[in-house]
Amino acid sequence: MSRSFLFLVLALVSCELFAQVGDRAHGKEVYEHWCSSCHAPGARKHPGTSALEFIYKGEKSGVLEERLDLTPELVALFVRNGVKIMPPFRKTEISDKDLLDLGAYLSPQR
Amino acid sequence: MRYPPGVSQSDFDRAVRQFESSIGAEWVFTDEADVDLYRDAYSPLWGEEEEKIPSIALAPQSAEEVQSLMAICNEFQIPVYPVSTGKNLGYGGSAPVLTGSVVLDLKRMNRIIEVNEENAFALVEPGVSYFDLYNYIQEKGLDLWIDCPDPGWGSLIGNSLDHGVGYTVNPYRDHFEAHCGMEVVLADGDIVRTGMGALPNAETWQQYRWGYGPWMDGLFAQSNFGVVTKMGFWLSPAPEAFCSGSVQVMRYNDVHELVRITAKMMYSGILNSNAGVQSPMQFAIGQNPEMQERYERANEEDIRILDEFARSNNTPFWSSQFKFYGPREIVDSSWEYVKRQFADIDGVRYQDQESLNFPMSYEELMQTADENHLGVPSMSVFQLGNRSNFNPAGTNGHLGFSPVVPMTGEAVLESNKVLVRVLREMGGNTVFNVPPYSYHQRTFTILVGFTVTRDADTNRKTREIFRELVKVAAEHGWGEYRTHTAFMDDCAAAYSFNDNALLRLQQTLKDAIDPRGIISAGRYGIWPKHIRDTEGKGVATIKVSKEKEGDSNV
Ligand SMILES: Cc1cc2nc3c(=O)[nH]c(=O)nc-3n(C[C@H](O)[C@H](O)[C@H](O)COP(=O)(O)OP(=O)(O)OC[C@H]3O[C@@H](n4cnc5c(N)ncnc54)[C@H](O)[C@@H]3O)c2cc1C
Ligand code: HEC
Repeated sequence: MSRSFLFLVLALVSCELFAQVGDRAHGKEVYEHWCSSCHAPGARKHPGTSALEFIYKGEKSGVLEERLDLTPELVALFVRNGVKIMPPFRKTEISDKDLLDLGAYLSPQR
Repeated sequence: MRYPPGVSQSDFDRAVRQFESSIGAEWVFTDEADVDLYRDAYSPLWGEEEEKIPSIALAPQSAEEVQSLMAICNEFQIPVYPVSTGKNLGYGGSAPVLTGSVVLDLKRMNRIIEVNEENAFALVEPGVSYFDLYNYIQEKGLDLWIDCPDPGWGSLIGNSLDHGVGYTVNPYRDHFEAHCGMEVVLADGDIVRTGMGALPNAETWQQYRWGYGPWMDGLFAQSNFGVVTKMGFWLSPAPEAFCSGSVQVMRYNDVHELVRITAKMMYSGILNSNAGVQSPMQFAIGQNPEMQERYERANEEDIRILDEFARSNNTPFWSSQFKFYGPREIVDSSWEYVKRQFADIDGVRYQDQESLNFPMSYEELMQTADENHLGVPSMSVFQLGNRSNFNPAGTNGHLGFSPVVPMTGEAVLESNKVLVRVLREMGGNTVFNVPPYSYHQRTFTILVGFTVTRDADTNRKTREIFRELVKVAAEHGWGEYRTHTAFMDDCAAAYSFNDNALLRLQQTLKDAIDPRGIISAGRYGIWPKHIRDTEGKGVATIKVSKEKEGDSNV
């Protein structure tokens, strides 16, 4: 399944969990604790950014926080399944509540 | 819910209820989707029969909770597998050796109990990561450095218990060597403190390592004799300065002097950090079949031609990088002193590299060649195997083959030849290849990183090569310092002096300390008595549900 197709499909589904509104301020803390070490700006020291810059070649930002197309569902999918060298996160690391907040933080405000 | 091997369903159901009342149902993960998060994301067994899958996971938050969980596991003889932060990627992740084991996830036990600036030590719980300790020290403005492995999200305890390593100065960079004092919960739920910690109100638990009587700590690393719930670590006072540089020599046979002098500088304490030896000619030789053949054969004539080849490329045959930490005058004069030791090698070149004064801001540290070598945890190492122009499809992680060889030029040449030959003949799929490097104080370790994929045939082939390497290395007297859970029996079998006397002794201890054989069955080849002779004991008795098969990755 192509990455862009996945984004499209997931943008259309909405599940009950995500109908709740996450706490963006807490989501930012979760992001800084677990994600920014790989996804912060600067491809040289941040492998997430480096891979996403490679994939999108300028079509989208390589920095997750600057993305306009992320949804809580998508964030959850990647966090719980992992992708390539990014392993999934366990619930002792990122609880369901943390994940909800993280999803809210990374999605553009509606 | 999945069930562990050798436990009746009704017993396990009863045990689960007891787990729930002991730590709260929220921290007993029985749902398969939740437990799948404990699969080894970099598993070379992914989706196959033999993949190592846990049954359920438990997440206690204190040593007392660990004690009560262990007592329950012991009563029902439930196999249990403790992890600290569970980030042992490349060596098994958070998955057990024995499929169906209950993972005891200690991530929630994340208290930094003490950081003592004056005597430079920390006492931590298993869930404390290198990032956590670094941030704590920065926030408090303490004049201390940590020594971290490349990935910052691992734990001081999990990393050191697997004999993990870092990059600053001795003795801090060998993480088990840098520890001082432990608290351990045993299989029956009893709790012990080692070293001076056995003294009630001990005042030197983290300062004096040996305690009184036989030193027990070694038993708990790379083993399955207990669950470590606290550990002390020595820290380094923050150094004033750092400098690095390289020494380059021009000819094939110069490697002998290069390594001999390097080793002498290390044993004298002048070089107090890691150093390695690599060949800037490696790429050019690898690209040229004739030169590769000559390199592997290396008779007198071959060496003459290889030297000529290096000269015509105007490239040194070998180079070593050195790092110095300490007061400015001392690091500069140590580097000058080290350079002088190599002066007799004809044509030797030197290159000054970084020269830094501390403190530096975090932003400045992240601009240096490698922040991990300056005690700053990060995740930049995950560029290995990442998607890039060289590797457009990326990888699903890697697997490390890491034999220990002597610190001699001869061993550098011989190990390179032998391992390269196996890889070439068998067609190994490697993602990186770290040349001999002194991860430990008196030896070189070679690190071959195999690509892990989601394709079972490719992974099967990789495993075959890996096993061949273990065997060939052992024939040369080189053993692994650490290994992935898929190869624990293979590597243990290689340590076979006197009919595996060492393993037999370890088994005797296992039977005495954990008589019902519940802790981390199979770790480092040590199996509990009741399944020691069972055929296929490492192989799955649990199946992953259908939709989870194959690539659970996106
Ligand atoms: C790209 C990359 C680079 C790496 N670089 C390095 C490096 O520079 N140096 C290095 O050392 N490693 C390195 N590693 C390997 C690994 O990621 C680290 O060693 C990591 O710190 C280990 O994971 P952890 O700290 O979470 O330990 P854990 O996974 O928590 O523990 C490892 C094992 O130790 C045992 N154990 C853990 N805690 C306990 C306990 N409390 N009681 C009893 N037994 C326990 C368990 O068997 C467990 O499986 C690298 C890996 C990758 C992917
Ligand atoms: C070990 C480094 C690492 C960490 C930590 C990490 N990621 Fe990633 N992440 C990556 C890499 C590398 C990729 C790109 C994978 C590929 O090659 O397709 C990625 C991809 C993603 C994607 C897919 C984006 C796309 O457009 O394809 C999402 C979403 C994501 N990460 C979210 C997160 C979140 C949220 C966190 C924190 C909970 C996190 N990541 C932590 C390395 C990391």
